[in-house]
Amino acid sequence: MGKTLFDKVWEQHVVKEISGGINILYVDLHLIHEVTSPQAFSEIEERGLPLFRKEKMIATADHNVPTINQHLEIKDDLSRKQVQKLGENCDKYAIEYYALGNDYQGIVHVIGPELGYTLPGKTIVCGDSHTSTHGAFGAIAFGIGTSQVAQVMASQCLIQTKPKTMRITVDGELKKGVLAKDVILYIIAQLSADGGTGYFIEYAGSAIESLSMEGRMTVCNMSIEMGARGGMIAPDDTTFDYIKGRQFAPSGNELEDAIHHWKELKSDNDAIFDKEYQFDAADIAPMITYGTNPGMGIKIDAKIPMTPDTENSKSFDKALKYMNLKSGESLIGKPINHIFIGSCTNSRIEDLREVAAYVKGKQKAKNVNALIVPGSKQVELQAKKEGLDKIFSAAGFELREPGCSACLAMNEDKIPEGEYCISTSNRNFEGRQGPGARTLLSSPLIAAATAIAGKIIDVRDTL
Amino acid sequence: MKKFNTLISTAIPLPISDIDTDQIIPARYLKSTNREGFGKHLFYDWRFDNNGKQNPDFALNQAKYSGEILVAGKNFGCGSSREHAAWSLTDYGFNVIVSSFFADIFKDNALNNGLLPVQVSEQFLTSFFDRVSKDSSTKIKVDLENQEIEIVGTSEKENFQISAYKKECLMNGYDDIDYLVSLKEEIELYEKNKVLTY
Ligand code: SF4
Repeated sequence: MGKTLFDKVWEQHVVKEISGGINILYVDLHLIHEVTSPQAFSEIEERGLPLFRKEKMIATADHNVPTINQHLEIKDDLSRKQVQKLGENCDKYAIEYYALGNDYQGIVHVIGPELGYTLPGKTIVCGDSHTSTHGAFGAIAFGIGTSQVAQVMASQCLIQTKPKTMRITVDGELKKGVLAKDVILYIIAQLSADGGTGYFIEYAGSAIESLSMEGRMTVCNMSIEMGARGGMIAPDDTTFDYIKGRQFAPSGNELEDAIHHWKELKSDNDAIFDKEYQFDAADIAPMITYGTNPGMGIKIDAKIPMTPDTENSKSFDKALKYMNLKSGESLIGKPINHIFIGSCTNSRIEDLREVAAYVKGKQKAKNVNALIVPGSKQVELQAKKEGLDKIFSAAGFELREPGCSACLAMNEDKIPEGEYCISTSNRNFEGRQGPGARTLLSSPLIAAATAIAGKIIDVRDTL
Repeated sequence: MKKFNTLISTAIPLPISDIDTDQIIPARYLKSTNREGFGKHLFYDWRFDNNGKQNPDFALNQAKYSGEILVAGKNFGCGSSREHAAWSLTDYGFNVIVSSFFADIFKDNALNNGLLPVQVSEQFLTSFFDRVSKDSSTKIKVDLENQEIEIVGTSEKENFQISAYKKECLMNGYDDIDYLVSLKEEIELYEKNKVLTY
C-alpha cells in the first residue's frame, strides 16, 4: 500500500515506537515566543536540565508587543516583563532571538517561512496552535502546550500518538474575488469546528495547487479551526521557487540536492486516507462568519441559518445572542466600524498587495477605523519599498508595526465592547478581540471593501 | 505530577458545546511568567461582568454546584494551545473534565498536568445534565484503573479510553519529560543516522 505525504515525513522522524502506537517523534525546528515559553524555561531549570539542541530553536516576540512606537519601552507592565523574560532566557541559553526592533522580528508563523527556516519534510513545533501554517511547505507542523515546549527543550523530541489522515481535495478554478481565505472558511463551514479533530489534513487538488505560498499558508493556518492537528500541502515548484534565495534556506548545490529529495514528498497514488472530502472550487464564494466559532461561516450574500435541531442548538443561540444577529438575516448592508487586516492568517506581503490594489485611489468611509498590521518587519519594509504605505495612508488606512495585535488583543489594539470588526484573523471566539468585541472573519478583500463602503458589501459587485 | 486513581465527587455542569480556550482563560490573563494563580481568571468573562461583578447565572457562581469534576458539552478546549487553560482548571480545583469530545491539544495539555479528560457518550452527558438540574448533589465516580465512569446511584456507567502509557503516567505521577530525557542515547543515535533532506 502506498504512503501519504504525512506518513512519509512522520516515519522519517520516529526515533522509537513505544507501546500502543505511541511514537517518540524528533523535532527539526522549535519556534518559541514570549507567552508560552517562560514556564517551560523554568521547568527545565528547576529540573537542572540543559537545553538539548539550542541551534534548532528560534525565538521572537509577537503576541504581546505594541504596534506603535516599538522603539520605546513597552508600557504595559506585564507585557514588558514577559518580553524581557524571553530576552533574558534567550541570552542565557544563546538562542537566536529576533527581538523587537530587529529586522527579522514578526509573528512567529510569518517569519519562519519568510526567512527560510520552514522547509519541506521538516517537523516543526511551537507553543502556538497556528503552527499548522508551516505545513504549507510539506512540513509536519503543529502546536504544542508549554509542558511539551519544555520536553522539546530537554530532548528535541515529543511523545506522540500518530493522528489519522484526512485529504481534502479542491479541484477547479477559483472564481473572481475568491481568495485562499474563502477556500478555508468554506471548508471549515462544511466540516464544522470539530470536523478535523484527531486528523492531520493534506490539502490537494488543482485549486490548492494554483495558490501561491502565501495562499497555501492561509489555508494550512486555519486547519486547527476544524480541530485538526495540522494541515499540509505537497511541495512543488511554487514551493521551491519561494524558498530559493531566502536568508536561512539552503542554496546552490545544497538546495538542488534538497529539491531532489523534496520532490518525493507527495502522497502515492494508491495511498489510503482515513477520511476524504472533495470540493468543487466553483462552489466557493467570498465567505464571512456570523457566529463565535470559525465553523459558523456563510457565503457573503447568504442568510444566517436557522438554529440547528441538534445538541448544538443552545450554543448556536448563545453565539447569535453574543453577536446580536438573527437567523434569516443577511449581513450585506450591515454598518461596520472596525476592520483589522493582520494576523498569521493574512498579514503577508501578498495580502497587503491585495488590499492596496483594491483601496488605491479610494477613501475609507468616515465611520471606519481601518488597521493594517504587517506580519513581520520584513513585510513592513517590503510594503514601504513598494510604496504600499502611501496608498494605505491616502485611503485612510493605518499601517502599524508588526505583531499579533488585534488578533488576540493582548496588547492595546482592542475592539470596543459590543462593536463589530471585520477581521482577517482566524478566530471569532467571544472576547477574542477584546471583552465583548464582535468579530466577523473574512478575506482581506472583503475587509478592504467593507472599510471603503463603511458597511458589508458583496465585494464581487465592485470588481 | 500528582497521582490519580479514583475520584468520587459532585460535578459542575456546563452544557455548552465548543467551549474554546479563550473562554476558559481570556488572552489578557496570559501575561504571567509562572504557573500559579490562573484559577482566579478561569472562565473570567462568563463568571464576571464588566464591573467585575459575579454573573449569578453562571454555574461556577451558583452555591448549589461544587466539586472537582467539570462536565461540559462537546468539543471542549478547542482553539489555542495555551496550557494556561489546563493550569486555570487545576488551579481552580478541578481534577477531571468530562465531555463527549475534546480538542487534541487541550487533551495533551490536561494529561500533562494531571487533569484527566474523560470522553463519554452524548447520552451520558444528557443524563447527567438532566439529573444534576434536578439534584445538584449528584455525584460522579471516575475509576482510572478500570477506566470506568458512572453517575453514582444510577445505572449510567461507561468505559472510557486512555492510552496505556498515559494511564501509567497518571497513576504513578510520572511525566513525559523524565522519560524523554532517559532516551538521550537513542535520540543521539537517531540524529547521527538521520537522512538529511535539506
Ligand atoms: S496572529 Fe493571532 S493566531 Fe497568529 S500567532 Fe498571533 S495570536 Fe496566534
